[in-house]
Amino acid sequence: MKKYNGLKVFPFIVSLLAASTSIQAAEESGEPIRIGAVLAVTGPASFLGDPALKTLQMAVERWNEEGGIEGRPVELTHYDSGGSASDARTYANRLLSRDQVDVIIGGSTTGTSMAILPQVERFQVPFIALGSGVGIIEPVRKWTFKVPHTDRMVAERVLRHMQANGAERIALMSATSGFGQSGRDEMRLKAEELGMDIVIEETFADDDSDVTAQLTRIRSQDDVDALMIFGAGRGPAIVARNADQIGLNLPIYQSHGAASEEFIRLAGDAAEEVYVASAAILVADQLADDDPQKDVLTEFERLYRERWDESASAFGGNAWDATMLLEEAVQEAGTQSDSLRDAIERISGLVATNGTFNMSPEDHNGISFDSLKILQVREQSFQLVE
Amino acid sequence: MGEFLQYLVTGITIGSTFALVALGFCLVYNASGIINFAQGDFVMVGGMSAVFIMASGVPMGLALFLAVVVGGLAGVLLYKGGIQPATNAEPIQLIIITVGAALFLRGVAQVVWGTGYFSLPTFTGDEPIRFLGVVMVPQSFWVIGVTVAIVAALGLFFTRTRLGKAVLATSYNRDAATLMGIDTSMVLLLSFGLAGALGAVAGVIVAPITFAHYEMGIMFGLKGFVAAVLGGLGSFVGAVAGALILGITEAMMAGYISSDYKDAVAFVLILLILFFMPSGLFGRRGVERV
Repeated sequence: MKKYNGLKVFPFIVSLLAASTSIQAAEESGEPIRIGAVLAVTGPASFLGDPALKTLQMAVERWNEEGGIEGRPVELTHYDSGGSASDARTYANRLLSRDQVDVIIGGSTTGTSMAILPQVERFQVPFIALGSGVGIIEPVRKWTFKVPHTDRMVAERVLRHMQANGAERIALMSATSGFGQSGRDEMRLKAEELGMDIVIEETFADDDSDVTAQLTRIRSQDDVDALMIFGAGRGPAIVARNADQIGLNLPIYQSHGAASEEFIRLAGDAAEEVYVASAAILVADQLADDDPQKDVLTEFERLYRERWDESASAFGGNAWDATMLLEEAVQEAGTQSDSLRDAIERISGLVATNGTFNMSPEDHNGISFDSLKILQVREQSFQLVE
Repeated sequence: MGEFLQYLVTGITIGSTFALVALGFCLVYNASGIINFAQGDFVMVGGMSAVFIMASGVPMGLALFLAVVVGGLAGVLLYKGGIQPATNAEPIQLIIITVGAALFLRGVAQVVWGTGYFSLPTFTGDEPIRFLGVVMVPQSFWVIGVTVAIVAALGLFFTRTRLGKAVLATSYNRDAATLMGIDTSMVLLLSFGLAGALGAVAGVIVAPITFAHYEMGIMFGLKGFVAAVLGGLGSFVGAVAGALILGITEAMMAGYISSDYKDAVAFVLILLILFFMPSGLFGRRGVERV
């Protein structure tokens, strides 16, 4: 019986070898590297997807001008999820089964990232997610990686800053979106760990035009030390403006969802003195000259501005980091899905816009808590606080 | 007490913005018997045009006026390009045309203006007014004032002018109106143009509060439609009442119960009203003309 088995296995091995050489041949002959993207370029999360797509397009153009990665041209196939989780799943399936992409970058929001994730796990293709929810990489899934800071890090960073400034009793105003809900859960979790109290919780919808009623409730609560707003897009600006209008006299903190120039532009004077947790990109010019991130950030900002004639945001930075991870992994291991995945997981010491990436089998996010900065709006621009 | 008043004022402000959209629904419904689902997108056209006309250096007053003109043109174009060529179509087909027009407007706006949010300066300063513990922003007075003025003007137009009566006659029976020498095609063109301008007025005065965005019309269209149905489709007073009820109930819900369920209010209200008062609060009772 054993002899037979050996004989049966032999042709299998031969065919495997043949397959791997044919893959190598394909790679050498300049077979394109196919990047699939599912981004929320339209819809309520377009402020995330739009800069991300522009960044990916810019990265692909640059690769191809320079002769591709390892001599192979790069192709970008993009579908617009409109922020809808079910569309994101459909498009991910199309990228995987019809377009046969080598890697997917996308899922602008937590919800769409979570929708793409089961598909890539099934098709066994690496996925670099741009959503922020900690649930994307916890528990760790084999094929899914994630670039932005998690909302858990944001919650901890903000709460520690509050605590250091003597605020123990917190009002929380979170969006009803997936982003806001996940943020609210993380705030509760971290507040308990740090021995702080969330004394009042309110919510708002992303398309609310007025949240005075919720803020009036918060104002009538006597012993609140600070207000945390967990939302993204236009909502945080509306909340900040209404809070200013009703004279809510509390230090206001915003999550990374408000970390863009657009927040200041929309909220105007109401943005003054608001704290924002953000990646370092918004204050690249204020970083110390010996900060390892400074060069990467200023380079990305310059390229983005030259190409699109607008200032770069943290959301574009996320996509840029995804392309940096991909480039390094492809250079090391090519695009065969197993080896590409392993190469992403082995990346260490890669300095990117969000921080220094040290991926590991236990950590598919790979950046540390302290690469997140606390900024404050002063005279209509972001200033680095810590 | 202070809280209650604050919720009330908030509700009235939000309700007034819905009211302007609801009035546009009524206008088109009265003239043509169809529901124009592009009404919310006229709001968007107005708000976005105002932002970009102003950004090109035009002084504010003129920019707002031009934005309203652009909205009116969008209404005229919808009639000329979509509704008129389908003269013999059933109302349901015309309604579907308006849905298509809504998607088209949104698509054009996305290409022309991008997907960002844009803010428009308030008309008369940002300093909130405080009274009895209630805070109100000056722009709210503009929203409420303009709504009241438009309701009054529409009321006069339909009861006191020949043209207004011609619109009403057309809505009752287009064939009979034609026989009476009314240029019904002209009347319909006028009401679509007016509805477009009305939507744009709403867009222009709410943009400083809610920000302009290429998809802002979806929410306004939905809430405005609910308000119009709530008040009884076709009744201007009803539309305003429906919008205020909706806005105030939402604000009270957010204030006293939970902000989580605020947006469900619109739908619960419409279910209740349609269940107990099928023709809305101020609607004509369903009389079948034989």
